[in-house]
Amino acid sequence: MDQEKTWKEIPWGGLILDAGNAQEYHTGDWRTERPVHIMENCKHCMYCWICCPDSAVIVKDKKMVGVDFDFCKGCGICMKVCPFDAIKMVVEGEEGD
Amino acid sequence: MKKVLSGNSAAAYGSMLVRAEVISAYPITPQTKIVEKIADLIANGEFKTEFVKVESEHSAMAAAVSASLVGARTFTATSAQGLLLMHEILHWASASRTPIVMVNINRGLAPPWSVWADQTDSIAQRDTGWMQFYCESCQEVLDTMIQLYKVAEDKDVLLPAMLSEDAFLLSHTSEIVDIPDQEKVDDFLGTFDPEYKLDVNRPMSFGSLSMPHQYYYEFRYKIAEAMENAKNKIIEVERDFEKVFGRSYGGFLDLYRCDGADIVLVAAGSMSSTIRIAVDEMRDKGHKVGLARLRVFRPFPVEEFKKLAKDVKIIGVLDRSFCFGYEGAFFTEIKSALYNMDDRPLVKGYVVGIGGRDVTLDVIFEIIDDCMKTTDTKEESFKWIGLKG
Ligand code: SF4
Ligand code: SF4
Repeated sequence: MDQEKTWKEIPWGGLILDAGNAQEYHTGDWRTERPVHIMENCKHCMYCWICCPDSAVIVKDKKMVGVDFDFCKGCGICMKVCPFDAIKMVVEGEEGD
Repeated sequence: MKKVLSGNSAAAYGSMLVRAEVISAYPITPQTKIVEKIADLIANGEFKTEFVKVESEHSAMAAAVSASLVGARTFTATSAQGLLLMHEILHWASASRTPIVMVNINRGLAPPWSVWADQTDSIAQRDTGWMQFYCESCQEVLDTMIQLYKVAEDKDVLLPAMLSEDAFLLSHTSEIVDIPDQEKVDDFLGTFDPEYKLDVNRPMSFGSLSMPHQYYYEFRYKIAEAMENAKNKIIEVERDFEKVFGRSYGGFLDLYRCDGADIVLVAAGSMSSTIRIAVDEMRDKGHKVGLARLRVFRPFPVEEFKKLAKDVKIIGVLDRSFCFGYEGAFFTEIKSALYNMDDRPLVKGYVVGIGGRDVTLDVIFEIIDDCMKTTDTKEESFKWIGLKG
């Protein structure tokens, strides 16, 4: 949403007129923990992709290739469900991947 | 066409005349007859509408908000405990800017159980962003329904409106009601077609989140502004309505024999009819007494009260409700409206008729007498009339 509008310019009722506007709102900013993908353990079973509540698991050519950190809220569900210990959670800013 | 209708039936016929497209309601005494009459009208083929049966008033209002967001003209009705159960969604309705019209039958709140006239239920919804109208006759109920859709759906208003009738005294009293021609009502109202609505072909987000630095503050201001816009619209619609249908109710304040009055009583709802008789008797005896029937409580008619107060010595305000902790709402707000006037009249407050206690002519005369005896403007100015004690 443009932050510069006046009360006269905004539509009524808290409406957002552009469809698909969730794209513009980076809920990844809320994250305190971050999933780290351990590629060598990954079997590309796609279970994390199914379970991620924010559709933040990135899949390319039928392979799990990483996480979209604009939208990953760091809930840890992917880590919890992964049957192959291919995801670990680290506290943001404390450990690299 | 003329018919003998109760206040409840007048509301049901009103919903048919305005061609409400969606009605969601849950029955509750003394509103039940509205829902039953609508069901009758649908069953006998007179009324084509989508009637949504719901499991509670909370759901009734939620369904009404959704229907209105789609762009459907929507009606509902409730009373007392039902209205309280709707409270959360009343805020959703106004802030979503859905011009729903609802009839509320003013009834006492439990405990102890009471199904009789008492305006505390609607007064308790004062801050929900709904317009509030109080009616005196069955004809006024039907006519006000038509007026309210015109006001509520205006693009500069887009706010829901509540029409209140006193339990039994109006909801179950039958009178001859002139039902206007359908074509006239159609012409007067037009169709409801909001600029923004839920539409699969034009997707947009409803009920979104707003952070403190974004627009919540401004969205609320827009509601405040819409309430201000409603003031002019109410007057304009009242004027246009009179031109087309030949009836008028005074807009915000229905003034009765206030010309040259020293004492004016202010009241809302059915007891106004009793006050008219008292006023006539007092005038016959040469006392300058009048009635200002408060027809619209939200938006509050500040300017109208100031104008009235210019030539009056005492305003006696009758509240059929009580705000525990501080007086009756009408009394408090009228005083507040007049506070900055240089030469304001004395305003006295009276609680009457709580839980359906009869507001008889004697009660009114007692109040008028109390006003007439007032000499010391510093005296106690708030009383519960007829309290057993
Ligand atoms: S659930 Fe685990 S193994 Fe399966 S794709 Fe996701 S990270 Fe890879
Ligand atoms: S941490 Fe949560 S939001 Fe982030 S990728 Fe895993 S499941 Fe999705």
